[in-house]
Amino acid sequence: MRRWIRSAALATTVVLALAACGGGGDAGGDAGTGGVPLEDQTLTISNWDAYTPEGLIEAFEEETGVDVTLALHTTNEDLVGKIQAAQGGGFDLVFISGNYLQTLIDQGWAAEIDHDLIPNLANLHPEANELGYDPGNRYSVPYTWGTTGVCYRSDLVEDEPTSWTIFHDPPADLVGKMTMLGTNPWLLEPALRSLGFSLNTTDPAEIEAATRWTIEAKENLKGFDDTTFYSELVAGNTWLAQAWDGWCNYGIAEDPNIRFVVPEEGSDLWTDTMVILASSENKEAAHAFIDFVLRPENGKAVAELVYYKVPNRAAMEQLDPKLLEQFPNLGIPPSELLTYESLRDPGEAISLWTDAAAKIKSA
Amino acid sequence: MAREVGRRRDLALGAMLAVVYLFLYAPILVLVGLSFNASGLPTAWGGFSTRWYHELLASSDILAALRTSATIALVVTAVSTTLGTLLALGLERTVRSTVLDTLVFLPAVVPDIVLAIGLLSSFTLLRITLGFQTVVMAHVVFDMVFVAAIVRARLGYFDRSIEEAAQDLGASRLATFLRVTIPVLSPGIVAGALIAFTLSFDEFIIAFFTAGPRVVTFPIRIYSMIRFGVTPVVNAIATAILALSMSLVLLALRLTRREVRRAVEG
Amino acid sequence: MRGHRGRAAEGRWLSGAVFLGPGLTAWALLFAFPVGLILLYSFFTRGPFGGVEYRFTLRNFERALDPLFVRVLWGSLLIAAGTTVIALLICYPAAYFIATRPARWRLPLLVLVVLPFWTNLLIRTYAWIVLLNREGLVNRVLIGTGILDRPLTLLGTRLAIVFGLLYVYLPLMILPLFSAIERLGEAPRQAAADLGASPARAFVRVTLPLTMPGIMAGCIFVFVPTLGNFVVPDLLGAGKAIMVGNLIQSQFFQARDWPFGAALSISVLAVTTLLLLVQARVLTRERRLLARGA
Repeated sequence: MRRWIRSAALATTVVLALAACGGGGDAGGDAGTGGVPLEDQTLTISNWDAYTPEGLIEAFEEETGVDVTLALHTTNEDLVGKIQAAQGGGFDLVFISGNYLQTLIDQGWAAEIDHDLIPNLANLHPEANELGYDPGNRYSVPYTWGTTGVCYRSDLVEDEPTSWTIFHDPPADLVGKMTMLGTNPWLLEPALRSLGFSLNTTDPAEIEAATRWTIEAKENLKGFDDTTFYSELVAGNTWLAQAWDGWCNYGIAEDPNIRFVVPEEGSDLWTDTMVILASSENKEAAHAFIDFVLRPENGKAVAELVYYKVPNRAAMEQLDPKLLEQFPNLGIPPSELLTYESLRDPGEAISLWTDAAAKIKSA
Repeated sequence: MAREVGRRRDLALGAMLAVVYLFLYAPILVLVGLSFNASGLPTAWGGFSTRWYHELLASSDILAALRTSATIALVVTAVSTTLGTLLALGLERTVRSTVLDTLVFLPAVVPDIVLAIGLLSSFTLLRITLGFQTVVMAHVVFDMVFVAAIVRARLGYFDRSIEEAAQDLGASRLATFLRVTIPVLSPGIVAGALIAFTLSFDEFIIAFFTAGPRVVTFPIRIYSMIRFGVTPVVNAIATAILALSMSLVLLALRLTRREVRRAVEG
Repeated sequence: MRGHRGRAAEGRWLSGAVFLGPGLTAWALLFAFPVGLILLYSFFTRGPFGGVEYRFTLRNFERALDPLFVRVLWGSLLIAAGTTVIALLICYPAAYFIATRPARWRLPLLVLVVLPFWTNLLIRTYAWIVLLNREGLVNRVLIGTGILDRPLTLLGTRLAIVFGLLYVYLPLMILPLFSAIERLGEAPRQAAADLGASPARAFVRVTLPLTMPGIMAGCIFVFVPTLGNFVVPDLLGAGKAIMVGNLIQSQFFQARDWPFGAALSISVLAVTTLLLLVQARVLTRERRLLARGA
């Protein structure tokens, strides 16, 4: 018995000792500010999983000598929550959707981008410089953009869906086989579009009406699904889903019967952007990274490997036409995208939106 | 007659345990089956294949995350089992107060998201660098409470006359503690340690906030894979972990057979 | 005589410090301080962009009493209570069975219960989605064997959530129960039988009360985390039913209203603290009864 306890105590001590010397790790690059050569800087980036093309980061590391750490986040909210709790620190560069940018800017956590350090900005579509959430791209550089629509199995769904109202008044055979996106603003989008309201509304009456519409639509849904809807479509558990265009492409890649359509009432224009945090001590490396990403061949890699549209005109022009054939929504031109409503941060009114979501989901 | 009733009772209870096992292992079996399915999808059997395992072995980041979680869990188990057992003994035998009882068990009672945000805010306020240590600290504080509760339940009927007997026979207080008290408590301690390891290894939200950008635990890695729904590689991971844990446990049993068996068998 | 007792009391405080010291220090630094911080936040206002602005207000608590939130809290309490009761009813017999097996079987049986929980929770929950989905295995079997001609909608229901929660927290019920039942041993039941009590009576009047600490521990271990869980309602409830954990999460992350999220957390904390107090009271009473009986 004593032997057992002694060996347990020894094991514990060893493990603790190992942990003490092996475990530590600094939270972020503490290379000095200006004057530090690029190769000595480090970069801590946060992005969604599989949203950075394979090999991109390694290529950047090799070329510049910068040591890159990639952290992953699942949603914009998680990322903002982490930055908030760390008082604006924790990362050098983050990938974040445009409608979440305002809160970073307002709290002084987003650094102003020095356009001189990013010559490849010229590769962007001119339209991508005037997006509603950050005109002139002062604090962010767009990475991918796209719209939201209906992603469905054309072999299972009889008539091509043309309207957002399909969620509210579906044909009988679609009841219980549809999903909608569960996070704002996309949660209320079908309702707002069907009722003719703006996607960036802060009017309590409009939000209330949209909430009621969505609660009624909820009866017809299989559920709210932000993440698994494309594999559910492939498996046939879901026949029709509200989906982001890029995501729908993942489904199309596995089942060519899947199609994407933007309803006639119109849709939103979302943008995922790259933002440098003001607290970063490696801003030069961050700018270099953004410039690297904006190279035509790298923009092309993003589109080819992630199946999303990039606002990088030089990259899109180089895209393999076969890819455009397989994924039609990659070919949606910027002129069309800009007819959709660019998503903005609701600011103070966000509580109205969050309460609406709570009402819908608890109904 | 009594034996028949006893056997019928045993059958009923055994059936209940069988139901529990069925319930627990049904999804696991599904995962195991899917991990060998070439198509990876539950709707179609694409033939037997080990491709998902090859993919898993090639995913160095998933393996690294597993290593990280295991290390964290081991350290956390060691620390929290010790602290928890001490707490249980202290609460049961020394200072006895309902208020202290309630307060101490609060960490198990707070929604983890509150604890997670509180810890991150505190670490930031005190300028403590986020990393391996902060996750360990965060896990220890609620794990030790679970250990304490389990050991405490055991202490509830501890027959102190054994200890008194030992002391009457000349054993010192420390010796009594080490050679009588702890061994009698060991089933509770072992159960507590098992729970502590499980809770830490599987824990997501607190680790997510306190790990910082560089420490990636296994749940964090999986959660960020959710973007694509669960890819078939994940089934391979689940099966592999199961196989690994089974062999680890068998190994542990083999090594400590005598002591542990005596502990659990009482 | 007096000196002896005085020294005993002193010894008690000293050993108290030794035993409780390390744990309580960890508790103070890693629990009391962070949670206190959050508690403090609930009295402040949401900053214009989120986070906390240090302006005192009671508005958050007013808002927490809004019917929308009370309804969700109540629903969560019901789900948590339901899960706990089912878990207890299932696990008590199972734990009893394990505890009454020949000694060498106990550890393996116990470990078999815990083993599934070393596979990641998210993965296991997804496996349930595979099972319960419209095209999932359960429906396929039911349709294939002709029991049903149309698939059941199992996901997106409160039942699925209870199922999922039950699945997640089962070992937290079994282990304390096992610990308590096993320690009891055969003796009390045997004594009751010798005194002429039927097995049922012996169980209700002897075994059950004596294993109460284990029962209480198991119930608290299941009820409390069930209440705050947001992953299971998200995945198995398909977002169609939310629990208070989802509410809190959305306040911190989507609304970025930390003070209100804090206030909501406190209402949950209040419920669970109450439960803990009840548990502590019951335990003290049981122990006093035991001591008197001995």
